[in-house]
Amino acid sequence: MKFSEQWLREWVNPEIDTQGLVDQITMAGLEVDAFETVAGEFTGIIVGEVLSVEPHPDADKLRVCQVAGGDETVQVVCGAPNVRPGLKVPFAEVGAVLPGNFRIRKAKLRGQPSNGMLCSESELGLSDNHDGLMELPASAPTGENVRDYLGLDDATIDVDLTPNRSDCLSIRGLAREVGVLNRQPVEGPEINPVEPVHSDVVDIRLEAPEGCPRYLGRIIHNVDLSAETPLWMRERLRRSGVRSIDPAVDVTNYVMLELGQPMHAFDRSEIEGGIVVRWAKPGEKLVLLDGQEVELVEGTLVIADHEKPIAIAGVMGGEHSGVAEKTRDLVLEAAFFDPICIAGKARHYGLHTDASHRFERGVDPELTRSAMERATALLLEIVGGEAGEIVEVRSEEHLPTSPVVELRHQRVTDVLGIEIDRTEIEEILTRLGLHVDKLTRDGWMVHVPSYRPDITIEEDLIEEIGRIYGYNNLPVTEPVGSLGLREEPEAVRPINSVRSLLVDRGYQEAVTYSFVDSRVQALIDGDHAGIELANPISSDMSVMRTSLWPGLLKTVAYNQNRQQSRMRLFETGLRFVREGEGIEQVPMLAGVVTGAQNPESWVNGRRSVDFFDVKGDLEALFELLGITVEFSAGEHGALHPGQTAQLHREGEFVGWLGALHPQVQKKLDLDGAIYVFELFLNSILSGYVPNFKEFSKFPEVRRDLAIIIGNEVTYAEVQRVAREKAGEFLTGARVFDVFEGEAIGEGRKSLALSLFWQHPERTLNDDEIQGWFNAVIDALKAELGATLRS
Amino acid sequence: MENLEQLVQDGLKAVQQATDLQTLDQVRVDYLGKKGVLTQQLKSLGQLSAEERPAAGQKINQAKGEVQDAINARRTELESAALDARLAAESIDVTLPGRGQSRGGLHPVTRTIQRMEQFFTRAGYTVEEGPEIEDDYHNFEALNIPGHHPARAMHDTFYFNPGTLLRTHTSPVQIRTMEDGQPPFRMICPGRVYRCDSDMTHTPMFHQVEGLVVDKDISFADLKSTVEEFLRVFFEKDLAVRFRPSYFPFTEPSAEVDIEWGRNEDGSIKWLEVMGCGMVHPKVFEYCGIDPETYRGFAFGMGVERLAMLRYGVNDLRMFFENDLRFLRQFR
Repeated sequence: MKFSEQWLREWVNPEIDTQGLVDQITMAGLEVDAFETVAGEFTGIIVGEVLSVEPHPDADKLRVCQVAGGDETVQVVCGAPNVRPGLKVPFAEVGAVLPGNFRIRKAKLRGQPSNGMLCSESELGLSDNHDGLMELPASAPTGENVRDYLGLDDATIDVDLTPNRSDCLSIRGLAREVGVLNRQPVEGPEINPVEPVHSDVVDIRLEAPEGCPRYLGRIIHNVDLSAETPLWMRERLRRSGVRSIDPAVDVTNYVMLELGQPMHAFDRSEIEGGIVVRWAKPGEKLVLLDGQEVELVEGTLVIADHEKPIAIAGVMGGEHSGVAEKTRDLVLEAAFFDPICIAGKARHYGLHTDASHRFERGVDPELTRSAMERATALLLEIVGGEAGEIVEVRSEEHLPTSPVVELRHQRVTDVLGIEIDRTEIEEILTRLGLHVDKLTRDGWMVHVPSYRPDITIEEDLIEEIGRIYGYNNLPVTEPVGSLGLREEPEAVRPINSVRSLLVDRGYQEAVTYSFVDSRVQALIDGDHAGIELANPISSDMSVMRTSLWPGLLKTVAYNQNRQQSRMRLFETGLRFVREGEGIEQVPMLAGVVTGAQNPESWVNGRRSVDFFDVKGDLEALFELLGITVEFSAGEHGALHPGQTAQLHREGEFVGWLGALHPQVQKKLDLDGAIYVFELFLNSILSGYVPNFKEFSKFPEVRRDLAIIIGNEVTYAEVQRVAREKAGEFLTGARVFDVFEGEAIGEGRKSLALSLFWQHPERTLNDDEIQGWFNAVIDALKAELGATLRS
Repeated sequence: MENLEQLVQDGLKAVQQATDLQTLDQVRVDYLGKKGVLTQQLKSLGQLSAEERPAAGQKINQAKGEVQDAINARRTELESAALDARLAAESIDVTLPGRGQSRGGLHPVTRTIQRMEQFFTRAGYTVEEGPEIEDDYHNFEALNIPGHHPARAMHDTFYFNPGTLLRTHTSPVQIRTMEDGQPPFRMICPGRVYRCDSDMTHTPMFHQVEGLVVDKDISFADLKSTVEEFLRVFFEKDLAVRFRPSYFPFTEPSAEVDIEWGRNEDGSIKWLEVMGCGMVHPKVFEYCGIDPETYRGFAFGMGVERLAMLRYGVNDLRMFFENDLRFLRQFR
């Protein structure tokens, strides 16, 4: 909310400067976003009176004026369309300095001497309006300094109020707060009832008293809305960020800013019968003041006449029933609407108005009558007319009651961590306008005034006490807690150790958005439909990821477009997959690798990364975690059919490793071979606790063999057959060469293996070894069609 | 026996002339080996009388010794020269770069969260996680933000359907932890959160770390010390910290926390808002089945990217999610 400092100081005027005031209310919880002076820096500008206007002999658009106000009447050449004899305007005399350090000098315009300048609002830094001269009231005293006359030594302060402090959405409320902080009395303008001079009253029916338990209406006859809103009021509105419209709207806005009560004015002649406050009927339509036609939905509280809705209660009036210059008789409305009934309604219709902002947060239900009297008095002063009687209809049972809240001294001490003196607590609450009844035992019964709907429980009072006492005056103590130890399962590796291993192996961690482009996702994961956001920020962030690959591949593309060709990236995070009625959100670890195996260097060589580089990284990871994972050929829509491995741990599927399918890669506009992996973190983080086993003191025996087998036979099969036949003392099998080439023959490959044996309690003899070795060879021949390589 | 003198002289000369170990060894064989000329001299001793033999023998052995010493000296010389030559040949340019993989790095958000986790776990806090697709109850309702509450407007929420949304803060993890356990609690919950907002200073996803302490004797003063200490260890600076009254539906009293971040022209402190905090609202306790008369608690929450930006001098929030390697590599 924006407000004028000067206006506030009319109510309460502490001896602190603007900065001091801003700091003070900020530290009281009314955070000031910004403040600025209400006019530009200027000097030497006075109220000038245009005495005469003559055409310029040599210029069509310029006029030669005689202007009074300074020591003597001077000639000024002016081009503004609204210059006319008798007009009072801001007049910059020779020697005046305008905003931007623009000094006014004697000049000649097309041969005519000009001594000074007549100013527009924009030239004074008051507004953007440069459509002509700023017109001052005829009553403005000629010769008076404009800065003094308009009270321009003022600041607009923009305070960002939290939703609970609806009581501060007015000068009255802010002044109350400033008064509390400075221990000063607060005094507003005197509000006296306006005596009714006619008996025309508006008929009011409350058909939805739960939404509108109080409605006041008053008819004012014979108004002249062509009258101009006085400058002082327009200035205050401007400094509060509100545009001047017409006197009726200006007055209702002024009262809302001053007292906090949103009001509305209807054209009496447009109201059929009387006023009915009711729920909207389905299908009803209303053209609002801003020109848009809305179809009202059920649950919308409306102000209607006997035929049709004429306003959305607490949000915006209708265009048709609104006041206009032709309006002769008007109906003023001041009502209390229940916050819960108003909440969200404005947003539903795409609106946010000053009224809805206030009603949603809670307006003082006892404010309607004084606001009505204040508005009537102001309006009559400006537009004339005769006021009728105020009609008030209310439903007592639906009006909010101000609560009485119990406050215990001990609780204040416990929550704030300091014992504040009882009299000080009473004093703070009283200053805040709360009525404090003493209890005999340990506290008080506190009566909350109607303007503080945010205070309903003991903690609210404790916050008020802490706030006024000053949060920064409260003590600082270290919390006391148990020193008990917590279980840390040794077999479970923390995720951070996984990250460390990958980082040490050259991987850079990335963090990508959890929502991705649905088309990219479909390309990567055809098995799962991504869960769609109802209100995505853009189409390329519209579905929840079912895999971390889309985000990582986007990162690859982003960096490839910035001259990075070698990348090793990983990410951890949730994937989101629909599971029946529910949503499965499980943590994944994914990586992408592309470019050279090693950073380019004199010694590293330039080999591109391949499948086995990445597999080696995963094997190191599984070693760290203490788990055994089997790799087998698999099929994945996004991966190269000949370079895809599915990973299993003790039969459970734990993830994928593979080369991105060349077609997918092309569609994503990525360069070079790209290897990706993705693992279910929860399936791999839990390993084992070491359990010592005796190791053999006897020598290990090694035998090597080289076989030629068909290309389709996997090493895993060779290993399985070898292990089956090699006897119980086999301790290891290792492949040390794989070779394909002309020498071997098409469709075949050579595998060279080492087998290792060791007995726990004795030295193995040659015959035993040879027996197992031969059995292995025979089985490889028989089962896999292997031949021994000579 | 004059011959012996001559032989020694010849031998010494040969030793000096040997320029490599192989030649030197040949000299040794020629003079001192079994058939070497000096060894042969010993065989001639038989022709001498018994009286003459010891003296002559001694002389020959002396001669042999003289040559042997010379050989040893020369060998040392040659070996040392050979080693020098080998070392010279083996010298390398130690300024050339090393071989192999370079190291990667953590994302600055992870790095920041890890630091925060360290501070808090050492003080006995647990680290809790929860779902990112949340229900309305845990994200709003149980945090005392009912459907009509104006505070909902402060959260630009991503929805899947009216009851299902992307969590707008990590507070639902606090709710879930309190629902599932028994007080006391001392926990932090780091994680991704989402708001439907994207511009220079907002990304639709960012990270929060929230903390919660619930026990029988917890006060606002405890909250103040926890927050102040955290900010000072995080920034490793004795910063001025101030607590400003604010409003969150789930805490009462509530505060926003500002830290000293430079000075204004007039010398006054420039304050910068870094986090929100407060005492757990009794309604929140009630939703979680905890008696607010027995237990009290404080909670605090902060944006990880915001703190990382301040800590590392990052000037554009959006860089955290562009994943430009030139950015990421600066946080190794």
